[in-house]
Order: sequence, then structure tokens, then C-alpha cells
Amino acid sequence: MNTDDLIASLASDPRPRAVPPGRALALAFGLALPAALAVFAIALGAPRPDLAAALATPAFATKLAATLSLLLAALLLLPAMALPGARTAPRRLALMVPPALLALAVGAEIARLPGEAVMPALLGSNALVCLVNVPLIGAAPLALLLLALRQGAPTRPAAAGLVAGLLAGGIATAIYATHCTDDSPLFVATWYTLSVGILAVAGALAGRRWARW
Amino acid sequence: MRVVQDEATLAALMTAALDGDEAAYAQFLRRTAGFVRTVVVHRIGPGGPVDAEDLVQETLLAVHLKRHTWRRDRPIKPWLAAIARYKVVDSFRRRGVRAEVDIADFEEVLAAPQAETVSEREVDQALAALAPGQRSVVSAITVEGRSIRETAASLGMTEGAVRVSLHRGLAAIRSRLGRTDR
Repeated sequence: MNTDDLIASLASDPRPRAVPPGRALALAFGLALPAALAVFAIALGAPRPDLAAALATPAFATKLAATLSLLLAALLLLPAMALPGARTAPRRLALMVPPALLALAVGAEIARLPGEAVMPALLGSNALVCLVNVPLIGAAPLALLLLALRQGAPTRPAAAGLVAGLLAGGIATAIYATHCTDDSPLFVATWYTLSVGILAVAGALAGRRWARW
Repeated sequence: MRVVQDEATLAALMTAALDGDEAAYAQFLRRTAGFVRTVVVHRIGPGGPVDAEDLVQETLLAVHLKRHTWRRDRPIKPWLAAIARYKVVDSFRRRGVRAEVDIADFEEVLAAPQAETVSEREVDQALAALAPGQRSVVSAITVEGRSIRETAASLGMTEGAVRVSLHRGLAAIRSRLGRTDR
């Protein structure tokens, strides 16, 4: 086809009908929360009974802060990943908040605990439950976010999918944290990070494959 | 000579296009085609593994399909450069060629630091200083916005010869205007 003919045919259809990526992602996020909560309710039932008391402890508060800061940082970054030419550098920096928070908390925890208590705190009692349920809770959010990414134009599809995986991980860990009774930063830094990593890698692979355009 | 595009004009054309102005959209697409052609022919080709005009068309199609991802409050040139770069890299990849294409190649062509310093008259002089064959090729493609194929047909040349002529012509103009090709 001649380029001029192509231009003529494209020009006859100037108005876009597709949803802007920001709105598509907002919609996906809005659907992801109830979806994640539903899976949580089916798989694990309810938050831990002592949730109100736990909120007052520094360890639980740190755990929640780490998951919520991941959620927030990824939520801020993701729309920029779907817009060609958008600057992502300052928002990428916010992703460093959760690991920095955890690193500080882990340092304090190691300083506080006697040597022989470190490994038990790290292994906790729910490692496998965490490793299975966080990806389970995050799966539907990740799928919804990837669908929304396809509406946009991510010029780095794998990276965009990875950020979608981090957001799904933020949602899933924030919800899971209310159920999990292992509050040690050592546990959180190990198993929460691993389970978010599973979602992030899944997101990157899926993004590379399905977020292309 | 409109190798260099200015931000305000492009943004105005696209804004009108998104509101339903077909003529503005056609003009926007023609300018985009010219911009992609310049980058592709002159930075990646000639003699590259991909037909430049195919890339131009793939990029135009992508711009069309993703036009809802440009936000009116954002600059349009980085948007356009990012799409063009993505399509060029992607189409090289699909053809099994590894390509490292720097976003700067696109932004350089779009960026217009010289737009104010090079007058039309200087450009005309630079064009006039070219060998006649080069002049007709360069002016057909960059001034009239024709494709390589059309130019080859109208001048009775092969497409390869047109690419070589364009490349040399642009290089000559650049050195005359005192710019260096990175």
C-alpha cells in the first residue's frame, strides 16, 4: 500500500474511541480490589482475630506500611508505563520506599533479637501459606491490570507488566497481611518479597507477551 | 523545508484531529511520515534490513491505533518519538535483527534547536548548492514529503539510488549548515 493512501484512509477516522489508559487502569484497579478481597475471603476466610490490637504493635504497623507503600508506589507509576514518552524516573524512585523500610526494620530486628531467635523469626509459621496465597490473591488483579495495559501503549511491555505485578503484589500482600500472624520484619522481608516477586515475574513475562502492540 | 517539526503546530494539528478534523489529521500524519522517514532512512538505512517505507507505515498505523494515549496537556514530540522508536525496534526484532536504536535519534530529528537559527533562505541556499540529482531527491522527500518509492518512480531512479542520494544530500546540507552528525 502506498503511504499516501494509508494516510488518506487513516485520516478519514480521526476521533479515537478507545478508553485513555489512565481511565482503563483506574477501572482495572477498582475491580481488582473486590476481586482480591473475594479470593481472600474464600481462601483464608477472615483477618486475624487480634487485628485491632496488632495494629498498635510496631512490627505489624511496619508490615502494613511496607505493603501499602508498595501498592501506592506501583499505582502511581503504572499509568506512566502505559503512555509513550511519559517520564517515569521520579515515580520509579518511590518503588525504593518499601525495600528501604524493610531493610531498616530488618536491621532493627536483628539488633534486637538474640542470635538463636533470628532463624525461627525468619521462617515463621506461615511461610508456605504466604507463598501460595499472595500469588493467589494477586492473580485476578494482575490479569485485570494487564488487560488495562493493553488499552495503553507501553513502549516497554515487560517493564510495564512487572510494575503491574508489583501493584498486584501490593494489593495482595496488604490484604494478606491482615490475616498473617508472622509480623517479624525478617519474615516479611523474606516471604512477602518472594511472593511479590512471583507476581512481578509473572507480570513481566505476561507483559512481554501480551502487552505488545 | 520541514524536516524539523515544531511542537506547537504538531500538538495543534493532533488536538484538532482528536476533535474530528480530518484535514488536520491528514496533515499531522503526513508530517509524522516525513519525520519517521527522515529518521529511518538517514539514521538506520540506507541498505538496512528493513524497508524504510514499511516502517513508516507501521509507525503511522501505531500512531493511529494509539492516538488515545496522547494527553493534550503533554508535549506531543516525546510521545511521537517514543512510538516511532518502539515500532522501529519492534519491527527489527520481528524480522530477527537485533537493533539498538537510541531514543535520541528520534528526538534529535524532532527536536528543533536549529529551527530558529536556520532560515528558509539558508536552507534554500544549501539546497541550491547540491548537485542537481541530489537536489531533486532531497527536495522531493523533505520539502514535498514524497516517499522513497514515489521519488524513485518520478525521477526514474532505483529506490536504492534515491536513498543514497538522499543520504549524501542531507549530509552535504548538514555540513554546509555547520552541524555535525553525531
